[in-house]
Formats: sequence, C-alpha cells, structure tokens
Amino acid sequence: MSDFHRGVDNALKDPQIRKNFRHAMDGLMAKRKVAFADTRALEQLRRLSAGIRSNALYHLPELLQQLEDNCLRNGIQVHWAESIAEANGIVLEIMRRHRAKQLIKGKSMVSEEMGLNAFLEARGIECLEADLGEFIIQLVGEPPSHIIAPAIHKNRQQVARIFKQKFPDIPYTEDIDELTRNARGILRDKFYQAPVGLSGVNFAVAETGTLCLVENEGNGRMCTTIPPVHIAVTGIEKVVARMSEIPPLLEVLVPSATGQPITTYFNMISSPRKPGEKDGPREVHLLLLDNGRSRIYQDPELIATLRCIRCGACMNHCPIYVRIGGHPYTTTIPGPIGSVLEPQKLGLDKLGILPTLSTLCGACGEVCPVRIPLPKLLNRLRYEGVREQPGGTPGSGALRSRRDALVWKLWSSIHSRPAFYRFVSKAATRLRRLTPGRLGPWTRARTAPRPAARSLHELARQQGFDHE
Amino acid sequence: MTGNRDYPQRPAKVYFFGTCLIDLFYPEAGIAGMQLIRREGVEVIFPQNQTCCGQPAWNSGYREEALEVAWRQIQCFPKAYPIVVPSGSCAGMMRCHYPELFGAHSQQKKALEFAERVFELTEFLVHVLQIELKDLGEPLRVALHTSCSARREMAVSEEHKTLLRQLQRVELVEPERTEECCGFGGTFSVKHPDVSLAMVKDKADAISRSGAERLVSGDCGCLMNINGHMARRGDGIPNQHIASFLWERTRRPDDE
Repeated sequence: MSDFHRGVDNALKDPQIRKNFRHAMDGLMAKRKVAFADTRALEQLRRLSAGIRSNALYHLPELLQQLEDNCLRNGIQVHWAESIAEANGIVLEIMRRHRAKQLIKGKSMVSEEMGLNAFLEARGIECLEADLGEFIIQLVGEPPSHIIAPAIHKNRQQVARIFKQKFPDIPYTEDIDELTRNARGILRDKFYQAPVGLSGVNFAVAETGTLCLVENEGNGRMCTTIPPVHIAVTGIEKVVARMSEIPPLLEVLVPSATGQPITTYFNMISSPRKPGEKDGPREVHLLLLDNGRSRIYQDPELIATLRCIRCGACMNHCPIYVRIGGHPYTTTIPGPIGSVLEPQKLGLDKLGILPTLSTLCGACGEVCPVRIPLPKLLNRLRYEGVREQPGGTPGSGALRSRRDALVWKLWSSIHSRPAFYRFVSKAATRLRRLTPGRLGPWTRARTAPRPAARSLHELARQQGFDHE
Repeated sequence: MTGNRDYPQRPAKVYFFGTCLIDLFYPEAGIAGMQLIRREGVEVIFPQNQTCCGQPAWNSGYREEALEVAWRQIQCFPKAYPIVVPSGSCAGMMRCHYPELFGAHSQQKKALEFAERVFELTEFLVHVLQIELKDLGEPLRVALHTSCSARREMAVSEEHKTLLRQLQRVELVEPERTEECCGFGGTFSVKHPDVSLAMVKDKADAISRSGAERLVSGDCGCLMNINGHMARRGDGIPNQHIASFLWERTRRPDDE
C-alpha cells in the first residue's frame, strides 16, 4: 500500500480526524458565505482579481526584473533560487554569515516546500515556528494539514494535551484564549533572542519593491521587525505589478480564507532600518524560488495554477479534503490546488494519483477567488497522466496501463459503432438476470445496477420517437 | 426568473439525447422526458445512432477515445433543432467540454455549433417551453438531489426546483449539505472507492434524516450511487429521475 492509500485509509477510519475537519470546514464555509453575501459583487471582485493575477503572470519576467531593481534600490537584498537545494543553501549561507544558531519563523508555505526546518536543523540551527498552528504541529513533529490553518486537524482538547505533555510546568487548560496566552509567553522571549527572522510573502509589488504580508497573530510582524536580519522567502509567481492592485486582492483573499473582512495585521515591508530609525531589521533578504514554476509558466493552460493566492478556499469546500484532511495528499499543499500544483512540480510519475482524487464536482473552482479553473486543470493532468507529452508535465504518461488503454479502446469502439452498441445493449437487457451481483469496489457498499428490460433505444422506437 | 443564457423561441421539433446510463438502466426517464416535451406540442426525435456523450473517457484522460465517440454523436444531430439532454452531467459534457475536446480539431466549428444547441431537460422545460404543470398526485415529501454538473456547470439547480415547486402537493425538503457532491464522480467511485463511500454514506444519512419519502434527481449517476447505497444498507426510499417524477405526477389518463 502506498503512503497515499495508507493515509486515506487512516484518515477515513479516524473519527476524531473526520469530526475535526468537518467541524472546521463547515465553520470556514459558513463564514465565507456570510462575508460574501453579495454574490454579484463577489463575482466582480473575482473577475478583477483573476485579471490582476493573470496580468502579473503574463508579464512575469519583466515584473520580476522590476521587483528586483526596486527592492535593491530600497536596500533589500535579492536572491534567486532555481531549486530547493539552492534556496536552502542561500538561507544557510545567510545564517552562517551572522553566526546565527536560531531562526524564528512566521508562517511560510514556501519554507515548507523547501523542507527548510529539517535542512537547517540537520546543520545545527534551531528553527522555531511562531505561528500558533505551526507552533503546535512543530511540537509533535507533524506537517501542516491545511495551508491557512496548519493544525486544523487537532481540536482544542488535543492541543491542550500536547501543551501539557511538552510544557508540564504550565497548568492544564482547554481554554483557547489561555492556550494562546501560554504559547505567547513561551514565544515572546524567543523573538528577542533569535538573530534571524523568516517570513513568507503574500504579494511582492514590482512597481515599489514592497513585500506584503497578511497575518492574524502579529507573529509575522515580530519575525520581520525584531530580529536584526529578516529573510522573506516566496515563489516567483507572487509578484503583482502595482500597489493599487493590492486592495482588491486583499478584499478577496481574506474573506475567502477565514471569512474575516480584514486580517488583524497587514505588513508592508519596503526596506531595512534606515539611518535614524529606531526599529526594524538591519538586513532584509528576499529569496525568490522557482522550483518548477517557470515550466508551469510556459504552458498556456496550466499557467492558471500560478494565479493562486493561497487562501485555502478550495480545500475548505472540497468534499474529499473535508473527509481525509491534508496529510494523505503527502504534499506541501493539499486539496484541489495541491492536486493541480504538486504533480506539476514533483511529477505525475510520483503524484499522478492526485488529479484522480476528485469527483470534478466543481466546488473548488466555484469558490476560487482568482477563478483558477481547477476541475479543468485536474482533467488536463489526468490526460497527461495517461498520455506522454514530450516537454509536458514531468512524468507524463506514467499512469498509462496497457489494460486501461485497452478498456478505453474497446469502450470507444463500441460507442462509435451504433449498430454494435445497440446489439450490446440489447444483449445486456435480455441477459439482465445474469448481471453479476458483485461489481468490484462498487458493490462493496451498493447494490449492483441491473439493466432495464428494454433499452431506451428500443422503447423510443416502439413509441415512435425515432424518426421525424 | 431569468436563465443564464439566451433561450430560443419554442421550436417545432427537438432532438433528444437519452444518455447511455438512461438508455440501459433508466429508460423510463428518457421516455418521460420525451413525453413531457411532446405534450407541450413539440415533436421529439430520438436518433437511433446516438450512444454516449464521451464523458467517461474524457474524465479519465483518454481524450482520443472520447473524441471519436463525441464526433459520432455530433453527426447524429445534423439539423438545427435544439438537443435536449435529461442529465446535467452529459449536457455539461456536450455544452461545456466539447468545445475543449475539439480544441484543435478540424471539426471544432461543428462542435461549437453543436454545443450551442444543447439544453439540459429542466432548463428547456422552464425557459423554452415555459411549462405549467398540474399536480395530480397525492401529498408527498420529496428530496431533490441536484448533481454537481447540473448545479455548477449547467447552473440549472433553480430550474429543477422551479418545476418541483409547480407541483402543489409536493413538499420539497432540503437535506443537510444539499450542495455537496454525492461521491459518484464516474470512475472516481471505482478508483477511490473508500472516499466515495464516505461521501455517499453522508449523503444517504442526510436524505434519511430529511424525512423525504422520495428521492428525485436530474442525473441518474447520482441516483444509482445514492440509491445503490441506501438499498444495500436497507433504508432506501423510492427514487426517480426528475422527468419520470414530473410525468408520473402530471399524467392525465388521455396523455400518451
């Protein structure tokens, strides 16, 4: 059994996981619905935001150049990494240059993609997650199960038990405010001790060289202002052209993610501390990671993948994600966008199963704030999974099996020969009593469908519907 | 109520695309759909060379195979009549995905022209025929399951409801999370049977709790999935395609 199948199996059999996700996703969906009560306004906003993101991707090379120029002018050091190994190497080099043994981190999915914590810890550098959810799962050594709410698979009782186990001196509590206060107490000193802080980036504005960071806990602001060195890591697709495009993106991102009208904190990082200023880091680094994105960029259809602003609405609304959670996907980003993005990065030979993990119900595409046609892209990747495409997605064709190819060939030859098709269906109706009671996985929990006594073709002819 | 597309005037004739699932497993739904249209004074033609819209292969990544079958269907409906399809899923395939499937194909223009003529049954009844139904049945509590493609691709979930609401003695009950997928998804149910089962189980539970005496849907794939599960576990309720249900409730003795 693969990790994927084992993960799915475990999740489906775990009533606590099922309950935690159902409860959390129901809450997020309900809040989003209230926040976007005016559906016409929402559609306008989605169109606008999709346009902003598409436009940015259309001009990606120029905008990245402009971003670099403006960041450099602002005193932000810019680093380019083609691969994860390169990106990790750049962070390590900065840490070593400052003889830094501690890194305090705001939430960053790109750092998860890099496997940065494991990489640095193997080299004697302590990484401390300062986002509450990330902090919780770091305590138990688990990966995030959601891109916005990484510890959403735990309920408060589970979190309370983790705190009790890891911090036996703190009195046991299941109260969320108290738990948060305790975590804050533990983290507060670390902010002042850590020589380097790391954060992600929600939007990088090319025309001004500004890094925008959206967060709710204030840990992002502390990570980016207290330590003397700030490293911002992000994917090359996060650039947008103009500052005036940020408000509409925020307006659609935040309610899509959490149902809030705005987040508690919105940070705009435009330079390191300037002479005469009393706070802020002395060095700011921007690390731009490619890791397969520039190949996705080249495909006129798949490029829509890169519009994503990481709100998590697609997973919140996914009837499959809500039942299995994020871990079975085995990828940094789970849910529908993960099933589209991750196989393109890591290869269909490794993750080709993910695009099949969808009923194509369309709930994801319907809520995506930047109108990524997720079902369409899942379908496209299914095609590439069974059809080798030179220069296409890595691992294309890996899922093609001789048996499946033959089955579909047979299916097609029956359904493109009307007389043959009528013969086959007539036979099925006449032999209906011989229909097997077991039809593989279908009948494990369902009765087998039995053909009718006469096909519609026959009935239609009998009733004179067959000709003009 | 306004629809989501421009609807034509009431035509003299329509084509009917029965779908392969209805052909073999729910033929009475196909007949009922055609009878509902015919009763409105429109001639219905069921071309005998139709088979399947090609969706199973299209959604499994076998595009060449899907294309071959799809092209055969297009050839079955040569005249400019509307093509009425008693399934959101198959109508969605023909209306929304044929243009993609025939993207670089020499017959793309024909596919686009064909797609323009495709109507899901309930939208056709409501917007084109502006049907008015007279309920002749006994009081009944009915749960409607709208398929995901009817809801999101064809955007006809309101049309389903409009028709059922015309039936005065039918009480429409709304199961919990009515917008959530039932877990069928074609080959998905075979490829990921455990996830599919977890989904259909929740759907069946919600329908059971709703107190409905009958389950109605515009898509037979969902019916086969939901009812198959409910029948297996022993709490199945009678279930019908919406066309069969509407016909049954409104059929007068002199209706053909």
